[in-house]
Amino acid sequence: MCSYKNNASEIEGKRLIVTVVGEDKVGIIAGVAEILATHKVNILDISQTILQDFFTMIMIADISTSTINLLELQTLLKEKEKEIGVKIDVQNEDVFKYMHRI
Amino acid sequence: MTLSFMPEEIMETIHMVQVENLDIRTITMGISLRDCTHSNIEIVAQKIYDKITKSAAELVRTGEDISKEYGIPIINKRIAVTPIAFVGEGCDCKDYTILAKAMDKAAKEVGVNFIGGFSALVHKGFTKGDENLLNSIAEGLAETERVCASVNIGTTKAGINMDAVYRMGKIVKETAELTKESGGLGCAKLVVFCNAPEDNPFMAGAFHGIGEPEKVINVGVSGPGVVYNAVKHSPNVDFGALASVIKQTAFKITRMGELVGREAGRRLQVPFGIVDLSLAPTPAVGDSVADILEAMGLERVGGHGTTAALAMLNDAVKKGGAMASSYVGGLSGAFIPVSEDAGMIRAVKEGALCIDKLEAMTCVCSVGLDMIAVPGNTTAETIAAIIADEAAIGMINKKTTAVRIIPSPGKKVGDSVEFGGLLGTAPVMPLHPYSAEAFIKRGGRIPAPLISLSN
Repeated sequence: MCSYKNNASEIEGKRLIVTVVGEDKVGIIAGVAEILATHKVNILDISQTILQDFFTMIMIADISTSTINLLELQTLLKEKEKEIGVKIDVQNEDVFKYMHRI
Repeated sequence: MTLSFMPEEIMETIHMVQVENLDIRTITMGISLRDCTHSNIEIVAQKIYDKITKSAAELVRTGEDISKEYGIPIINKRIAVTPIAFVGEGCDCKDYTILAKAMDKAAKEVGVNFIGGFSALVHKGFTKGDENLLNSIAEGLAETERVCASVNIGTTKAGINMDAVYRMGKIVKETAELTKESGGLGCAKLVVFCNAPEDNPFMAGAFHGIGEPEKVINVGVSGPGVVYNAVKHSPNVDFGALASVIKQTAFKITRMGELVGREAGRRLQVPFGIVDLSLAPTPAVGDSVADILEAMGLERVGGHGTTAALAMLNDAVKKGGAMASSYVGGLSGAFIPVSEDAGMIRAVKEGALCIDKLEAMTCVCSVGLDMIAVPGNTTAETIAAIIADEAAIGMINKKTTAVRIIPSPGKKVGDSVEFGGLLGTAPVMPLHPYSAEAFIKRGGRIPAPLISLSN
């Protein structure tokens, strides 16, 4: 039916960016990493920095071998967010690739 | 391996969404209804309902999934269909209200908040189907909730159908009267176009043009808040540098539209059509095009300098956006709907922004006199004259112009009309008191301009 092909190869959708912003405290990385490990989401890289006075942790992770999908992972991390009192977002990496890389 | 992005880049994107109101304004699925014709109008209505509900069954869920996975709000999921004047043309029945109701029912079934295409293209004259559709607009809008209507009354190539202009003046009045309990809300869903685009994803003017494929996904981006913040942080730069800042910001915003459009198309197995590079304001604080113009250095939008500021903004948005997307279309320009923009509302209330300045602004941006409330006693002839003025600007300048005007019954200058939601609040604006009745009643067509002879 499609007369034009939607270029699927440009959209890979396997890697995630997890961002944690808030007050620095013990156990933030451990708490997030534990959820990822339990569900076989492989952490590829971690960076920590202070941006505009906020503790900011960014993780790149690979969900391709995971037992859950991105939406399920978001739900789990939202629960963690409430528990440790920092803001946690997890997004498909393509958002950043599209916006910041040509 | 190293981190593929700088932390600042990642946080910039997140900041745009969470603080500066970056969002995808709409994913609009265009659906052809050309195979829904029949001589029996009830069968046509059933075919329309069936085709829309089948084609768009997954639209809303797909939009919500993409929104969550990518962390970008997608505010509206909408549908545009083939102009109903074409679809109903073969029916024996003259009243097309039943077709509007079928569209409305289908929209509710699939969960979209607006469906566009209760439309006709009459820039050179009326067919039987066009006549029937025009006669059904007021009732069709009054008896449905989510249906949007549009009529194209002029083009650069054909000139302006002044009979249609006058008819639309009367239809706008009639629609306001039939929906007077909600302040004339029906008129907020009725657009009169010159040079209507066939792939516009924005309501109320969206329809699925006759050159479009069976189905298509078009995306409208937003983001006045993001541009506003970028401009605000560049207070002392000259226009060349300011244009660069706006272009870079528009590029980033549009990339999000491109990503979402492609992904939605892939998941729905529907070709991706275009990204509409528009700055679409909402009544939310910080999501205003007027605020951008004021951040550029104007004391109030509507004052001298406003047209130049808007021209520069609109052009920079297009330049940045065009680089970011493989297919650009639709309206593609900054919107200046009065009721949907907190800064515009403020300027009108303070007397800084009048209808004449708005008309001048429409010469340099999309789309036209949009969401303007005028006194309830405004005559059909005056509304027709306002439509004719806008259409003339569109025709001569080879651009789309439109009029979405609400003569709110019982309201006078100084009152406000509350529409709620994205449609916002419209302060009733004064018009010139002098009549154009004799001019409008001449009838016929304004011939196509010399610039149409381009072959």
